[in-house]
Amino acid sequence: MSAAVEVRDVSKVFNAGRPNAVQALVDMDLTIEPGEFVSLIGPSGCGKSTALRLIANLLEPTSGQVLMNGKPARKARLDQDYGMAFQQAGLFDWRTVAKNVELPLELKGWDKAKRRTRALEMLDLVKLGDFADHFPWQLSGGMQQRVAIGRALAAHPPLLLMDEPFGALDEMTREHMQAELLRICGETSTTVVFVTHSIPEAVYLSTRVIVMSPRPGRITDVIDVDLGPRRGLETREAVAFFKKITEVREALRGIETSDIA
Amino acid sequence: MFGLALLLVAVLWELYKWVGPEDGGTVFGLAILPRTSDYAMPHVWDMLARYAQPERRGFPTPIISTVASGAWFSLRLALAGFAMGTLVGLGLAIVMARFKVIERGLLPYLVVSQTVPLIALAPLVVSWGGKLHLGAFEWPRWLSAAVLGAFLAFFPVAVGTLKGLTSAPPAALELMDSYAASWRQTLFKLRFPAAVPYLVPALRLGATASVVGVVVAEISTGLAGGIGRLIIEYAREATADPAKVYTAVFGAAALGLLMAGMVATADLMLMRNRPREIVE
Amino acid sequence: MNRSPRALALLVLPPVVFGIAFLALWEAAVNVFDFQPYFLPAPSSIWQQFLENTRLIWDASKVSGTNALVGLLAGTVLGIALSFVLGRFRLLNELVTPLAIALNAVPIFVLVAVFNNMFSITSEVPRRLMVTLVVDFIVLVNVTRGLREVGAIQLELMRSYAASEVAILRKVRVPNAVPYLFTALKIAAPAAVITAFVSEYFGGSQNGLGSRIVSSIAISKNAAAWAYVLGACLVGLAFYVTAVSLERVATPGGVGRTDRDGA
Repeated sequence: MSAAVEVRDVSKVFNAGRPNAVQALVDMDLTIEPGEFVSLIGPSGCGKSTALRLIANLLEPTSGQVLMNGKPARKARLDQDYGMAFQQAGLFDWRTVAKNVELPLELKGWDKAKRRTRALEMLDLVKLGDFADHFPWQLSGGMQQRVAIGRALAAHPPLLLMDEPFGALDEMTREHMQAELLRICGETSTTVVFVTHSIPEAVYLSTRVIVMSPRPGRITDVIDVDLGPRRGLETREAVAFFKKITEVREALRGIETSDIA
Repeated sequence: MFGLALLLVAVLWELYKWVGPEDGGTVFGLAILPRTSDYAMPHVWDMLARYAQPERRGFPTPIISTVASGAWFSLRLALAGFAMGTLVGLGLAIVMARFKVIERGLLPYLVVSQTVPLIALAPLVVSWGGKLHLGAFEWPRWLSAAVLGAFLAFFPVAVGTLKGLTSAPPAALELMDSYAASWRQTLFKLRFPAAVPYLVPALRLGATASVVGVVVAEISTGLAGGIGRLIIEYAREATADPAKVYTAVFGAAALGLLMAGMVATADLMLMRNRPREIVE
Repeated sequence: MNRSPRALALLVLPPVVFGIAFLALWEAAVNVFDFQPYFLPAPSSIWQQFLENTRLIWDASKVSGTNALVGLLAGTVLGIALSFVLGRFRLLNELVTPLAIALNAVPIFVLVAVFNNMFSITSEVPRRLMVTLVVDFIVLVNVTRGLREVGAIQLELMRSYAASEVAILRKVRVPNAVPYLFTALKIAAPAAVITAFVSEYFGGSQNGLGSRIVSSIAISKNAAAWAYVLGACLVGLAFYVTAVSLERVATPGGVGRTDRDGA
């Protein structure tokens, strides 16, 4: 079984050859196995969002190769092998909630009845079944984000890419959404690559935390997280949890101090 | 509110007529005050009363029916012109949105094309149409007027639609990219719905522009039956029957308002679901 | 304002190429299909007429162009003033807005016919008045939006400074409205020229480009008519280019919205 994601020796330079060239990512090597939940964390400019977009084939690497499920990233995107969620829910104002979830299915050419069934299924999964015929502006930020996650998983892709999807939410909603996300991904056995700013979030969600640093963007640390199945408060207040957070924090601090020096 | 505003205008009209100089006047040496004689500015009640009177002395039907049928004739032409102009405008907008090169190359000319006076185009369109024989199809005279209406209508529609099609937020475009959506799919599922707030005022401008085009065409090609012809005819009798031309003039005004009103109604139906502000 | 030569070329080249291609096709079509001059004159003969009648074309352009310019200036001033007044007095706003919309839905020639009646036969005032009305509406709509659509955050900030309404107007609303003004001008400039021409079709003084075109066609001098049309296009282009340049000069940081030239 091939790896879910393989990043081989990837570098990305923006505005190459011009005076304002930026080395966003350099020599990135990463392998993600199916079923893993991997977080990318680091300060601004460390290239984590760039890395995610390279995996999603929304950007092309300057050098190196990105493979998804054994295929080149471009083919994987054309085959729609992944779902993506962004920081803004990005729902279309003119569509109902259910129709928003149906969007990727429409593009894949599913017929109407199948689409509707799957959309309602996903909305039930994210606990928004009652809002199927509402409009996005009638929903709160957290609810909109749940719809976006439902949309990202509508076609049951094996891989989910998320770019700080909970960044705009308050802390309580955030913790709730994290638990929901784990539940959903557990039920659908999805591999997840998750970009975040928040250390507790990364530790709570992931099986592995990839620490990155800027100038140039690169991976500096890989930290395995072995906290077993997460059980909400029980996990969040466990000593092991805090120890892991400290470990990640110190890895990040390591970058900061070397940067200042 | 609108009725109130109209009343206000009527009051101002009469007020000025009462105080204003009979032969027009000057303000700081600039001759910008209009004449107030009954010939130049008929009383409001005279203009309204004129509707009840026949076109010419001795004719049975009041002028209002003549004006109404003229307006009806022109309305149908304006609708045809509007439909054609909208099609062309939409098509151009899509092509320009798709190929930036075409936008850069074509848009300046589209802007300039509108400065070509219709008077120059009208005889051209008529004579081309006359030469056109596609099988059994003969170019009817009224089609020239509709085409000229389309000529004035296509531009605001094209420009407004282009603005709307390119107004989709980059985040949404990225989303469609992640779905490996084709340009066509993105057009129908994202760009067009996002363009609707821009389309509506564009269509309204196009609708009224089409009326202008049609009536100007009627006048310059001598097309009978429409309200343009009536305006010219009645204007010739302005010294003898000053209120007459106003009947036709108000008829044409009503026509323009009707077209604009139709677009506004369509807008209300389209925008039912969205809490969006109309973008002009 | 730094425009790399490459960007400049990319901006100027396509229209130039399109234009040349179009003219070449036109000339070829006239020759190949042997069109009669009364049907469609060739660009070459139009150009010839243009050169022969340059003086006349220039004089007529001055008349029409002046009308357009006067109307443009008057309409802009009026539009700005009205947007301030209407923004301040809600009742007036409620009254005037539907009237303004209705007035603009009414075909141009209707109002021109009315105006022609009201002024002397040799006056240019009806045309200028018409242009003023058209420009005024465009400017009013856009500047009002600019004054009104200020970010909620900025307004909250000013309130936290206990700033008066006038201060908010000066420091926040007016600067916000400036790009909107230039958008309006880009639309209003060509509109002013077009309106000036259209106003000439319906009687009144016969000195402008529109009248000349009508008279040329009446005596079957088509190539000459099109030479005047060329003059008209040049006037329109000049206005548009001026408006766009003014915008570039006045907003050096670039226009901040998804704006398009000509939109």
